Amino acid sequence: MWKRSHSVALGLLAGISLLLLSLPDEWATKVKVTVGACYLPLLGLAGTVQQVWQQAGEVVLSRRDLLQQNEWLRRENERLRLEALQAAEWGRENARLRRLLGWREQSPWRDRLRLARVTLREPTPWWRTLQINLGARDGVTPALPVLVPEGLVGRIAEVGPFHARVVLVGDPNCRVSARVLNETRDVGLIVPADPLPRDLVLLRYLPRGARVHPGQAVVTSGLGGVFPSGIPIGSILDVHPMEHGLYIEATVQLAAPVNSLEEVWVLWP
Amino acid sequence: MLTSFHTVATVCLAWLSVFVQTAAPSLQPWVGTQPDFLPALMVHTALRTSVWNVVLLGLLGGFMLDSVSGNPVGVSCLPLGLVGWLLHGRRDFILREQTFAQFILGFGAGAAVPFLTGVLLLSLGRQPLVGWNSVVPWTVLALSSGLATPLMFRLFRQVERWFAFRKPEPGTFRPDREIRRGRQ
Repeated sequence: MWKRSHSVALGLLAGISLLLLSLPDEWATKVKVTVGACYLPLLGLAGTVQQVWQQAGEVVLSRRDLLQQNEWLRRENERLRLEALQAAEWGRENARLRRLLGWREQSPWRDRLRLARVTLREPTPWWRTLQINLGARDGVTPALPVLVPEGLVGRIAEVGPFHARVVLVGDPNCRVSARVLNETRDVGLIVPADPLPRDLVLLRYLPRGARVHPGQAVVTSGLGGVFPSGIPIGSILDVHPMEHGLYIEATVQLAAPVNSLEEVWVLWP
Repeated sequence: MLTSFHTVATVCLAWLSVFVQTAAPSLQPWVGTQPDFLPALMVHTALRTSVWNVVLLGLLGGFMLDSVSGNPVGVSCLPLGLVGWLLHGRRDFILREQTFAQFILGFGAGAAVPFLTGVLLLSLGRQPLVGWNSVVPWTVLALSSGLATPLMFRLFRQVERWFAFRKPEPGTFRPDREIRRGRQ
Protein backbone atom coordinates (compact mmCIF):
# COMPACT_ATOMS: atom_id res chain seq x y z
CA MET A 1 0.00 0.00 0.00
CA TRP A 2 1.43 3.34 -1.06
CA LYS A 3 1.54 6.12 1.48
CA ARG A 4 2.27 9.79 1.12
CA SER A 5 4.98 9.51 3.77
CA HIS A 6 6.91 7.17 1.43
CA SER A 7 7.06 9.83 -1.27
CA VAL A 8 8.06 12.48 1.27
CA ALA A 9 10.80 10.18 2.65
CA LEU A 10 12.19 9.49 -0.82
CA GLY A 11 12.12 13.19 -1.66
CA LEU A 12 13.92 14.03 1.58
CA LEU A 13 16.56 11.36 0.97
CA ALA A 14 17.18 12.43 -2.61
CA GLY A 15 17.13 16.13 -1.73
CA ILE A 16 19.66 15.90 1.10
CA SER A 17 21.89 13.54 -0.93
CA LEU A 18 21.94 15.90 -3.90
CA LEU A 19 22.55 18.87 -1.61
CA LEU A 20 25.56 17.11 -0.08
CA LEU A 21 26.88 16.10 -3.50
CA SER A 22 26.60 19.65 -4.82
CA LEU A 23 28.61 21.16 -1.95
CA PRO A 24 31.76 22.98 -3.08
CA ASP A 25 34.94 20.92 -2.57
CA GLU A 26 36.16 23.07 0.29
CA TRP A 27 32.89 22.74 2.18
CA ALA A 28 32.63 19.03 1.42
CA THR A 29 36.11 18.47 2.86
CA LYS A 30 35.20 20.41 6.00
CA VAL A 31 32.01 18.41 6.43
CA LYS A 32 33.88 15.11 5.92
CA VAL A 33 36.58 16.03 8.38
CA THR A 34 34.02 17.12 10.98
CA VAL A 35 31.96 13.93 10.66
CA GLY A 36 35.12 11.83 10.58
CA ALA A 37 36.06 13.31 13.96
CA CYS A 38 33.16 11.38 15.53
CA TYR A 39 35.43 8.32 15.31
CA LEU A 40 38.16 9.90 17.43
CA PRO A 41 36.63 8.66 20.72
CA LEU A 42 36.56 5.12 19.33
CA LEU A 43 40.19 5.38 18.20
CA GLY A 44 41.17 6.63 21.66
CA LEU A 45 39.07 3.92 23.28
CA ALA A 46 40.70 1.22 21.15
CA GLY A 47 44.16 2.43 22.22
CA THR A 48 43.17 2.60 25.88
CA VAL A 49 41.60 -0.87 25.82
CA GLN A 50 44.79 -2.24 24.31
CA GLN A 51 46.88 -0.64 27.09
CA VAL A 52 44.50 -1.75 29.86
CA TRP A 53 44.49 -5.25 28.43
CA GLN A 54 48.28 -5.40 28.62
CA GLN A 55 48.31 -3.97 32.17
CA ALA A 56 45.49 -6.23 33.31
CA GLY A 57 47.51 -9.27 32.37
CA GLU A 58 50.32 -8.15 34.68
CA VAL A 59 47.94 -7.37 37.58
CA VAL A 60 46.30 -10.77 37.34
CA LEU A 61 49.67 -12.46 37.36
CA SER A 62 50.81 -10.63 40.51
CA ARG A 63 47.70 -11.76 42.38
CA ARG A 64 48.45 -15.29 41.41
CA ASP A 65 51.51 -15.10 43.68
CA LEU A 66 49.12 -15.68 46.57
CA LEU A 67 48.14 -19.09 45.30
CA GLN A 68 49.84 -22.35 46.27
CA GLN A 69 53.42 -23.02 45.17
CA ASN A 70 52.49 -25.53 42.54
CA GLU A 71 49.85 -23.28 41.05
CA TRP A 72 52.23 -20.35 41.25
CA LEU A 73 54.91 -22.21 39.33
CA ARG A 74 52.47 -23.19 36.67
CA ARG A 75 51.29 -19.62 36.30
CA GLU A 76 54.85 -18.37 36.34
CA ASN A 77 55.65 -20.71 33.52
CA GLU A 78 52.68 -19.41 31.55
CA ARG A 79 53.68 -15.83 32.28
CA LEU A 80 57.20 -16.43 31.06
CA ARG A 81 55.89 -18.03 27.92
CA LEU A 82 53.58 -15.09 27.32
CA GLU A 83 56.39 -12.66 28.01
CA ALA A 84 58.58 -14.50 25.56
CA LEU A 85 55.87 -14.07 22.94
CA GLN A 86 55.48 -10.41 23.87
CA ALA A 87 59.25 -9.89 23.79
CA ALA A 88 59.35 -11.36 20.30
CA GLU A 89 56.70 -8.82 19.24
CA TRP A 90 58.63 -6.01 20.96
CA GLY A 91 61.75 -7.21 19.21
CA ARG A 92 60.02 -7.02 15.85
CA GLU A 93 58.64 -3.57 16.65
CA ASN A 94 62.07 -2.43 17.89
CA ALA A 95 63.72 -3.67 14.71
CA ARG A 96 61.11 -1.93 12.59
CA LEU A 97 61.49 1.36 14.45
CA ARG A 98 65.30 1.12 14.36
CA ARG A 99 65.10 0.52 10.64
CA LEU A 100 62.83 3.56 10.25
CA LEU A 101 65.09 5.68 12.44
CA GLY A 102 68.20 4.53 10.62
CA TRP A 103 66.60 5.31 7.31
CA ARG A 104 65.58 8.73 8.64
CA GLU A 105 69.20 9.48 9.69
CA GLN A 106 70.47 8.53 6.22
CA SER A 107 67.65 10.20 4.33
CA PRO A 108 68.40 13.49 2.56
CA TRP A 109 65.19 14.89 4.09
CA ARG A 110 65.92 13.72 7.65
CA ASP A 111 65.08 17.06 9.31
CA ARG A 112 61.80 17.32 7.44
CA LEU A 113 60.34 13.89 8.22
CA ARG A 114 57.74 13.18 10.88
CA LEU A 115 56.43 9.76 11.87
CA ALA A 116 52.67 9.12 11.75
CA ARG A 117 50.68 6.06 12.73
CA VAL A 118 48.02 4.63 10.42
CA THR A 119 44.67 4.76 12.24
CA LEU A 120 41.99 3.84 9.68
CA ARG A 121 42.02 2.10 6.31
CA GLU A 122 39.86 2.59 3.24
CA PRO A 123 36.55 0.70 3.58
CA THR A 124 35.46 0.84 -0.08
CA PRO A 125 36.94 -1.10 -3.01
CA TRP A 126 37.25 1.81 -5.44
CA TRP A 127 39.68 4.11 -3.62
CA ARG A 128 43.07 3.60 -2.02
CA THR A 129 43.38 5.85 0.98
CA LEU A 130 44.23 5.66 4.66
CA GLN A 131 44.00 7.91 7.68
CA ILE A 132 46.95 8.95 9.87
CA ASN A 133 47.11 10.42 13.35
CA LEU A 134 48.70 13.75 12.37
CA GLY A 135 46.49 16.70 11.53
CA ALA A 136 46.36 20.45 11.17
CA ARG A 137 47.40 21.01 14.79
CA ASP A 138 50.67 19.18 13.97
CA GLY A 139 51.19 21.42 10.93
CA VAL A 140 50.06 18.97 8.25
CA THR A 141 48.81 20.63 5.07
CA PRO A 142 47.34 19.11 1.87
CA ALA A 143 49.72 17.73 -0.80
CA LEU A 144 52.58 16.81 1.56
CA PRO A 145 54.33 13.63 0.34
CA VAL A 146 54.03 10.50 2.48
CA LEU A 147 56.68 7.79 2.31
CA VAL A 148 58.28 4.78 4.01
CA PRO A 149 61.87 3.56 3.78
CA GLU A 150 60.95 1.28 0.87
CA GLY A 151 59.46 4.09 -1.21
CA LEU A 152 56.65 6.49 -1.94
CA VAL A 153 53.27 5.89 -0.29
CA GLY A 154 51.17 8.83 -1.51
CA ARG A 155 50.26 12.37 -0.57
CA ILE A 156 48.06 14.13 1.97
CA ALA A 157 44.60 14.86 0.57
CA GLU A 158 42.35 16.06 3.39
CA VAL A 159 43.42 17.49 6.72
CA GLY A 160 41.39 17.57 9.94
CA PRO A 161 42.50 18.97 13.27
CA PHE A 162 43.68 15.61 14.61
CA HIS A 163 43.94 13.39 11.54
CA ALA A 164 44.67 13.51 7.83
CA ARG A 165 43.69 11.40 4.84
CA VAL A 166 46.43 10.07 2.59
CA VAL A 167 45.71 9.09 -1.02
CA LEU A 168 48.01 6.21 -1.92
CA VAL A 169 49.93 5.75 -5.15
CA GLY A 170 47.51 3.77 -7.31
CA ASP A 171 44.47 5.81 -6.28
CA PRO A 172 42.80 7.63 -9.19
CA ASN A 173 43.38 10.92 -7.33
CA CYS A 174 47.14 10.42 -6.93
CA ARG A 175 49.11 10.71 -10.17
CA VAL A 176 52.86 10.91 -9.95
CA SER A 177 55.41 11.99 -12.51
CA ALA A 178 58.01 9.21 -12.53
CA ARG A 179 61.42 8.57 -14.05
CA VAL A 180 62.85 5.20 -15.07
CA LEU A 181 66.47 4.74 -13.98
CA ASN A 182 67.80 3.66 -17.37
CA GLU A 183 70.33 5.20 -19.79
CA THR A 184 67.79 7.62 -21.26
CA ARG A 185 66.07 8.40 -17.90
CA ASP A 186 62.64 8.32 -19.51
CA VAL A 187 59.75 10.09 -17.80
CA GLY A 188 56.15 8.89 -17.58
CA LEU A 189 53.08 9.20 -15.43
CA ILE A 190 52.06 6.75 -12.70
CA VAL A 191 48.32 5.98 -12.95
CA PRO A 192 46.13 3.30 -11.36
CA ALA A 193 45.98 -0.22 -12.80
CA ASP A 194 43.23 -2.75 -12.06
CA PRO A 195 41.56 -2.86 -8.63
CA LEU A 196 43.39 -6.13 -7.90
CA PRO A 197 46.26 -6.71 -7.17
CA ARG A 198 46.74 -3.56 -5.15
CA ASP A 199 50.53 -3.26 -5.37
CA LEU A 200 50.64 -2.81 -9.15
CA VAL A 201 50.33 0.51 -11.00
CA LEU A 202 50.86 1.61 -14.59
CA LEU A 203 53.60 3.88 -15.91
CA ARG A 204 52.05 5.57 -18.95
CA TYR A 205 53.21 7.96 -21.66
CA LEU A 206 56.77 6.67 -21.91
CA PRO A 207 58.29 7.74 -25.25
CA ARG A 208 58.14 5.21 -28.08
CA GLY A 209 61.90 4.80 -28.19
CA ALA A 210 62.29 4.33 -24.43
CA ARG A 211 64.59 1.46 -23.51
CA VAL A 212 62.60 0.14 -20.59
CA HIS A 213 63.13 -3.39 -19.28
CA PRO A 214 61.73 -5.42 -16.40
CA GLY A 215 63.63 -4.92 -13.17
CA GLN A 216 64.59 -1.28 -13.76
CA ALA A 217 63.87 1.05 -10.86
CA VAL A 218 61.29 3.83 -11.06
CA VAL A 219 61.63 6.98 -8.94
CA THR A 220 59.80 10.30 -8.68
CA SER A 221 60.92 12.77 -11.32
CA GLY A 222 60.31 15.93 -9.29
CA LEU A 223 58.11 17.36 -12.05
CA GLY A 224 54.80 18.76 -10.88
CA GLY A 225 56.15 20.22 -7.68
CA VAL A 226 54.42 17.89 -5.22
CA PHE A 227 56.99 15.10 -4.82
CA PRO A 228 60.73 15.76 -4.60
CA SER A 229 62.79 13.87 -7.16
CA GLY A 230 64.46 10.60 -6.34
CA ILE A 231 61.89 8.92 -4.06
CA PRO A 232 61.71 5.23 -5.05
CA ILE A 233 58.32 4.18 -6.41
CA GLY A 234 58.94 0.60 -7.52
CA SER A 235 60.37 -1.48 -10.31
CA ILE A 236 59.26 -2.31 -13.85
CA LEU A 237 57.42 -5.63 -14.09
CA ASP A 238 56.58 -5.73 -17.78
CA VAL A 239 56.42 -3.41 -20.77
CA HIS A 240 53.88 -3.26 -23.59
CA PRO A 241 53.30 -0.78 -26.43
CA MET A 242 49.93 0.91 -26.46
CA GLU A 243 47.41 0.92 -29.29
CA HIS A 244 48.57 2.76 -32.43
CA GLY A 245 52.10 2.78 -30.95
CA LEU A 246 51.91 6.34 -29.70
CA TYR A 247 53.60 5.56 -26.40
CA ILE A 248 54.81 2.71 -24.21
CA GLU A 249 53.15 1.56 -21.05
CA ALA A 250 54.82 -0.39 -18.24
CA THR A 251 53.46 -2.21 -15.23
CA VAL A 252 55.25 -1.16 -12.04
CA GLN A 253 55.37 -3.12 -8.82
CA LEU A 254 55.24 -0.67 -5.92
CA ALA A 255 58.19 -0.73 -3.55
CA ALA A 256 56.18 0.41 -0.50
CA PRO A 257 54.18 -2.33 1.22
CA VAL A 258 50.85 -0.56 0.69
CA ASN A 259 48.85 -3.49 2.06
CA SER A 260 50.53 -3.61 5.44
CA LEU A 261 51.42 -0.06 6.42
CA GLU A 262 51.46 0.65 10.14
CA GLU A 263 53.66 3.75 10.30
CA VAL A 264 54.48 6.26 7.58
CA TRP A 265 56.65 9.37 7.31
CA VAL A 266 55.24 12.71 6.29
CA LEU A 267 57.72 14.90 4.43
CA TRP A 268 57.50 18.58 5.35
CA PRO A 269 58.24 21.18 2.65
CA MET B 1 9.02 3.35 22.44
CA LEU B 2 10.13 0.45 20.26
CA THR B 3 10.68 2.84 17.34
CA SER B 4 12.88 5.18 19.33
CA PHE B 5 14.82 2.22 20.70
CA HIS B 6 15.29 0.92 17.17
CA THR B 7 16.37 4.34 15.95
CA VAL B 8 19.05 4.74 18.61
CA ALA B 9 20.25 1.14 18.25
CA THR B 10 20.39 1.40 14.46
CA VAL B 11 22.39 4.63 14.47
CA CYS B 12 24.81 3.28 17.11
CA LEU B 13 25.27 0.05 15.17
CA ALA B 14 25.86 1.96 11.92
CA TRP B 15 28.50 4.06 13.66
CA LEU B 16 30.21 0.97 15.07
CA SER B 17 30.00 -1.06 11.87
CA VAL B 18 31.69 1.70 9.85
CA PHE B 19 34.44 1.87 12.46
CA VAL B 20 34.92 -1.91 12.39
CA GLN B 21 35.01 -1.77 8.59
CA THR B 22 37.91 0.71 8.65
CA ALA B 23 39.81 -0.35 11.76
CA ALA B 24 39.53 -4.16 11.59
CA PRO B 25 42.42 -6.19 10.15
CA SER B 26 42.38 -5.54 6.45
CA LEU B 27 41.07 -8.12 3.97
CA GLN B 28 41.86 -5.79 1.10
CA PRO B 29 45.15 -7.40 -0.01
CA TRP B 30 43.27 -10.62 -0.74
CA VAL B 31 39.75 -9.62 -1.78
CA GLY B 32 40.13 -5.92 -2.53
CA THR B 33 37.59 -4.67 0.00
CA GLN B 34 36.38 -4.81 3.57
CA PRO B 35 33.02 -6.45 4.42
CA ASP B 36 30.25 -3.85 4.50
CA PHE B 37 27.55 -4.30 7.16
CA LEU B 38 25.46 -1.23 6.36
CA PRO B 39 23.32 -2.97 3.66
CA ALA B 40 22.53 -5.77 6.14
CA LEU B 41 21.55 -3.20 8.74
CA MET B 42 19.45 -1.43 6.13
CA VAL B 43 17.57 -4.65 5.26
CA HIS B 44 16.71 -5.12 8.91
CA THR B 45 15.67 -1.48 9.32
CA ALA B 46 13.56 -1.53 6.16
CA LEU B 47 11.72 -4.70 7.10
CA ARG B 48 11.24 -4.08 10.80
CA THR B 49 10.92 -0.32 11.35
CA SER B 50 9.47 2.84 9.82
CA VAL B 51 10.38 4.58 6.58
CA TRP B 52 11.85 7.48 8.62
CA ASN B 53 14.37 5.12 10.17
CA VAL B 54 15.28 4.02 6.64
CA VAL B 55 15.90 7.63 5.62
CA LEU B 56 17.87 8.30 8.80
CA LEU B 57 20.07 5.24 8.33
CA GLY B 58 20.55 6.01 4.64
CA LEU B 59 21.70 9.54 5.37
CA LEU B 60 23.73 8.96 8.55
CA GLY B 61 25.19 5.60 7.53
CA GLY B 62 26.20 6.88 4.11
CA PHE B 63 27.54 10.07 5.62
CA MET B 64 29.67 8.15 8.14
CA LEU B 65 31.05 5.82 5.48
CA ASP B 66 31.91 8.73 3.19
CA SER B 67 33.64 10.60 6.01
CA VAL B 68 36.17 7.80 6.55
CA SER B 69 36.64 6.83 2.90
CA GLY B 70 37.78 8.50 -0.30
CA ASN B 71 34.16 8.89 -1.48
CA PRO B 72 32.78 12.37 -2.16
CA VAL B 73 30.58 13.31 0.77
CA GLY B 74 26.97 12.14 0.34
CA VAL B 75 27.57 9.63 -2.46
CA SER B 76 26.71 6.55 -0.34
CA CYS B 77 23.52 8.05 1.11
CA LEU B 78 21.28 7.76 -1.94
CA PRO B 79 22.08 4.11 -2.92
CA LEU B 80 21.80 2.90 0.67
CA GLY B 81 18.58 4.82 1.32
CA LEU B 82 17.08 3.84 -2.04
CA VAL B 83 17.60 0.13 -1.43
CA GLY B 84 16.02 0.47 2.01
CA TRP B 85 13.13 2.50 0.65
CA LEU B 86 12.37 -0.10 -2.04
CA LEU B 87 12.47 -2.94 0.49
CA HIS B 88 10.29 -1.03 2.91
CA GLY B 89 7.68 -0.44 0.23
CA ARG B 90 7.49 -4.19 -0.52
CA ARG B 91 7.92 -5.53 2.97
CA ASP B 92 4.37 -6.90 3.20
CA PHE B 93 5.15 -9.29 0.35
CA ILE B 94 8.40 -10.59 1.84
CA LEU B 95 8.79 -13.55 4.17
CA ARG B 96 11.02 -11.49 6.39
CA GLU B 97 11.26 -13.94 9.27
CA GLN B 98 12.74 -16.69 7.07
CA THR B 99 16.51 -16.99 7.37
CA PHE B 100 16.91 -17.84 3.69
CA ALA B 101 14.85 -14.81 2.67
CA GLN B 102 16.96 -12.63 4.93
CA PHE B 103 20.14 -14.01 3.32
CA ILE B 104 18.84 -13.38 -0.19
CA LEU B 105 17.69 -9.86 0.67
CA GLY B 106 21.02 -9.09 2.33
CA PHE B 107 22.90 -10.52 -0.64
CA GLY B 108 20.84 -8.42 -3.05
CA ALA B 109 21.24 -5.26 -0.98
CA GLY B 110 24.97 -5.91 -0.58
CA ALA B 111 25.29 -6.23 -4.37
CA ALA B 112 23.00 -3.31 -5.24
CA VAL B 113 24.47 -0.67 -2.91
CA PRO B 114 28.07 -0.80 -4.24
CA PHE B 115 26.79 -1.11 -7.81
CA LEU B 116 24.59 1.98 -7.47
CA THR B 117 27.38 3.85 -5.68
CA GLY B 118 29.76 3.00 -8.53
CA VAL B 119 27.22 4.19 -11.10
CA LEU B 120 26.68 7.41 -9.14
CA LEU B 121 30.44 8.00 -8.86
CA LEU B 122 30.87 7.54 -12.61
CA SER B 123 27.89 9.83 -13.27
CA LEU B 124 29.54 12.50 -11.13
CA GLY B 125 32.64 12.33 -13.31
CA ARG B 126 34.83 10.65 -10.69
CA GLN B 127 37.18 7.87 -11.68
CA PRO B 128 36.79 5.06 -9.18
CA LEU B 129 38.98 1.96 -9.49
CA VAL B 130 36.63 -0.33 -11.39
CA GLY B 131 37.38 -3.07 -13.87
CA TRP B 132 36.79 -6.75 -14.46
CA ASN B 133 38.62 -7.52 -11.24
CA SER B 134 35.96 -5.55 -9.37
CA VAL B 135 33.77 -8.66 -9.56
CA VAL B 136 35.77 -10.17 -6.68
CA PRO B 137 35.22 -7.35 -4.14
CA TRP B 138 31.65 -6.96 -5.36
CA THR B 139 30.92 -10.63 -4.67
CA VAL B 140 32.60 -10.37 -1.27
CA LEU B 141 30.47 -7.34 -0.39
CA ALA B 142 27.28 -9.12 -1.44
CA LEU B 143 28.18 -12.35 0.37
CA SER B 144 29.25 -10.62 3.57
CA SER B 145 26.04 -8.63 3.57
CA GLY B 146 23.99 -11.77 2.91
CA LEU B 147 25.62 -13.59 5.80
CA ALA B 148 25.36 -10.60 8.13
CA THR B 149 21.64 -10.00 7.55
CA PRO B 150 20.22 -13.02 9.46
CA LEU B 151 22.74 -12.29 12.23
CA MET B 152 21.49 -8.70 12.34
CA PHE B 153 17.91 -9.90 12.80
CA ARG B 154 18.98 -12.23 15.61
CA LEU B 155 21.07 -9.55 17.25
CA PHE B 156 18.21 -7.06 17.27
CA ARG B 157 15.76 -9.67 18.54
CA GLN B 158 18.11 -10.46 21.41
CA VAL B 159 18.79 -6.81 22.21
CA GLU B 160 15.06 -6.06 22.10
CA ARG B 161 14.51 -8.84 24.59
CA TRP B 162 17.05 -7.27 26.92
CA PHE B 163 16.33 -3.58 26.67
CA ALA B 164 13.16 -2.67 24.81
CA PHE B 165 9.75 -2.12 26.30
CA ARG B 166 7.49 -5.12 25.88
CA LYS B 167 3.73 -5.21 26.10
CA PRO B 168 2.57 -7.01 29.24
CA GLU B 169 1.16 -10.40 28.39
CA PRO B 170 -2.53 -10.96 29.19
CA GLY B 171 -3.02 -12.36 32.68
CA THR B 172 -4.82 -15.54 33.60
CA PHE B 173 -7.94 -13.63 34.67
CA ARG B 174 -10.94 -14.40 32.46
CA PRO B 175 -14.02 -12.19 32.86
CA ASP B 176 -16.36 -14.99 31.75
CA ARG B 177 -15.15 -17.13 34.67
CA GLU B 178 -15.68 -14.39 37.25
CA ILE B 179 -17.95 -15.34 40.15
CA ARG B 180 -20.29 -12.47 40.60
CA ARG B 181 -21.77 -11.96 44.00
CA GLY B 182 -25.06 -10.31 44.76
CA ARG B 183 -27.92 -9.55 42.44
CA GLN B 184 -27.29 -8.37 38.93
